[in-house]
Amino acid sequence: MASGTKRIRVLMAKPGLDGHDRGVKVIIHALRDAGMEVIYSGLRQTVEQIVSVAIQENVDVIGLSILSGSYMRIARRLMARIKEEELDDCLVILGGNILERDVAGLKSLGIAEVFNHHAEMAEVVSYIRNNAAAGAA
Amino acid sequence: MAKPRDNGVKKERPVRDAAYNSGKPVPVVYGPDSPDAAYREKLGAPGEYPYTRGIYPTMYRGSLWTMRQYAGFSTSADTNARFHFLLGNGQTGLSMAYDLPTQLGLDSDDEAAQDDVGRLGVAVDTVEDMADVFEGIPLDRVSVSHTINSTAAIIQAFWLIAAERQGVALDKLRGTFQNDMLKEYIGRGTWIFPPRPSMRLVADIIEYNAKHCPRVNAISVSATHIAETGATLAQDVAFPILNALAYIRELTGRGLHVDDFVPTMSFHLSVGGGVGPFNLLESIGKLRAARRIWARTMKERYGAKNPRTMQLKFSTGNCGSRMAAREPLNNIVRQTLYTLAAVLGGTRSVNMACFDEAFEIPSDESIRTALRIQQVIAHESGVADTVDPLAGGYAVEAVTDQVEEEIQAIVDDYESRGGIVPFIESGEIQRLLARQAYEHQRKIADGEQVWVGVNKFTSEEEDRMGAGEGLYEADDSALEKQMARLAEVKAARDAGEVAEQLEKLARACESKENLVPYLMDAARARLTVGEMTGVMRGVFGAYVEPSVV
Repeated sequence: MASGTKRIRVLMAKPGLDGHDRGVKVIIHALRDAGMEVIYSGLRQTVEQIVSVAIQENVDVIGLSILSGSYMRIARRLMARIKEEELDDCLVILGGNILERDVAGLKSLGIAEVFNHHAEMAEVVSYIRNNAAAGAA
Repeated sequence: MAKPRDNGVKKERPVRDAAYNSGKPVPVVYGPDSPDAAYREKLGAPGEYPYTRGIYPTMYRGSLWTMRQYAGFSTSADTNARFHFLLGNGQTGLSMAYDLPTQLGLDSDDEAAQDDVGRLGVAVDTVEDMADVFEGIPLDRVSVSHTINSTAAIIQAFWLIAAERQGVALDKLRGTFQNDMLKEYIGRGTWIFPPRPSMRLVADIIEYNAKHCPRVNAISVSATHIAETGATLAQDVAFPILNALAYIRELTGRGLHVDDFVPTMSFHLSVGGGVGPFNLLESIGKLRAARRIWARTMKERYGAKNPRTMQLKFSTGNCGSRMAAREPLNNIVRQTLYTLAAVLGGTRSVNMACFDEAFEIPSDESIRTALRIQQVIAHESGVADTVDPLAGGYAVEAVTDQVEEEIQAIVDDYESRGGIVPFIESGEIQRLLARQAYEHQRKIADGEQVWVGVNKFTSEEEDRMGAGEGLYEADDSALEKQMARLAEVKAARDAGEVAEQLEKLARACESKENLVPYLMDAARARLTVGEMTGVMRGVFGAYVEPSVV
């Protein structure tokens, strides 16, 4: 599946009840400008809905955007679901107002990378390019 | 040179004394010696049409703006304690934050609510929670601003019943319900029902309050969320005005005249939000221009006779998108500038983001600092001593005219195409703002737009906030406490009465009747937010987001 010519497919998702979507939309624009195919889940998706779209759309990356502070609980449920569905080669990343002290815990759940309030758009783009299965030629 | 003059200032309320450093008295207002036609048409004295200089003759010499910070979290008891703390620190009004489940019509025992109960605001399931929040806070003496939209009709019913229990007559209540659904589809995202039934609910509240509790603003047409979603300075006034015109059409369609209800409509304008560079003078000009546009629209287009219909009442604030995560204490300076713009632009109330807003719910320290910014400007700057002190200045008048033209052009464009609603339904407005937000972010990333401490004049300061130090700690026991409370209230209800109220509400939703009295009956019977929302969703349907990016 890994081939430098295949476009990276990304599902950008807003789990939970939080409606702050400026950030996720900015990242979607940045990823599209970088040549990736991006699907947006829309607001207030359950973990089950997100994983099911990820399977249907055969995405390489799931990008979660959470600004409500409920990220730990959501990440725990989402990663459990991903293991159940054996989506192990799907890269899961998280962005939002994530506290530094929680990053290690999130990574131990299987979140590949965390982008907090300091992250720049270019960092997110290059991280996905270097780490998504489809991008790494 | 213009001489100080108090002519035309109605002395309806006493003004406080103010003196310059020299000891000479500060006049309430300065103006031209002999006002000409151009002055009267474009500016007028403060308190006079077109209200460019303010809607009151004496403004802050009569009374200062309301100082309000957004607060409320976890359970009703915690929020009650926070409210007592704020009132004890000299805050003059309360602003209530509801948790996301309450804003989305989910009870605390709903599975979909579990991650968010009591997290970003207080959990309110029934009228009992509302009564607890205001325990010991007399509702006829403290004005309360409620940030609630989709479920505003239900939550207002809880608040009215809580007041009823305190023995406070409805016409003595003071406060504001945000109740601005159109901007939820544009930017804030707490929608439940499709736009059309949502607009009916908005209009029901406006119609009810205008008749029964005229001192409770039935809506706060909000610019801040639109700004933070990615609007320019002119758009962040034009879009809220377009939303307001859509609500007005809904009510005039019921046979009402603007003078019947517009006095209960208020606005929450943005300062220091949005995309593109911040400019102090342009922001001041924007607020002055907004008042002039509103006054003219109400008078010339709708034939308003009541001055209160023509007076644009607004609070101001922002949601924190310009609060930097790097070197967060710099944000105190930024908020000082934004507050100064709001005050020099003649706001009635200020509610600014806190310096740690980029990370978490504000701590006691940051929320107190936000209040202190306002107090220092009110008591140590002198800008509150003179009404509209910049009026007549070449720059401020030119920029006021310029922004007015920009706003009016956007309003006229959408109004000539049938108003803003179809463009919200199609997602066009949402896509426009998302594109602009991205362009703004790119300019910051490229260093084209300076952000001190972030992309210019940076340091290697340790990130004390990102580490979670000194931040408000979320209370993980909130969910448990709230579920127990809800179970207790539910257990004490009469099942027959609950079923009867649900049935009555469903029939009212199907009719064209005003829903507010039905929701008040349901609140008295201690129906929950989730139960009432469920009935409404059954009749109104659920909103499906269009493609927004």
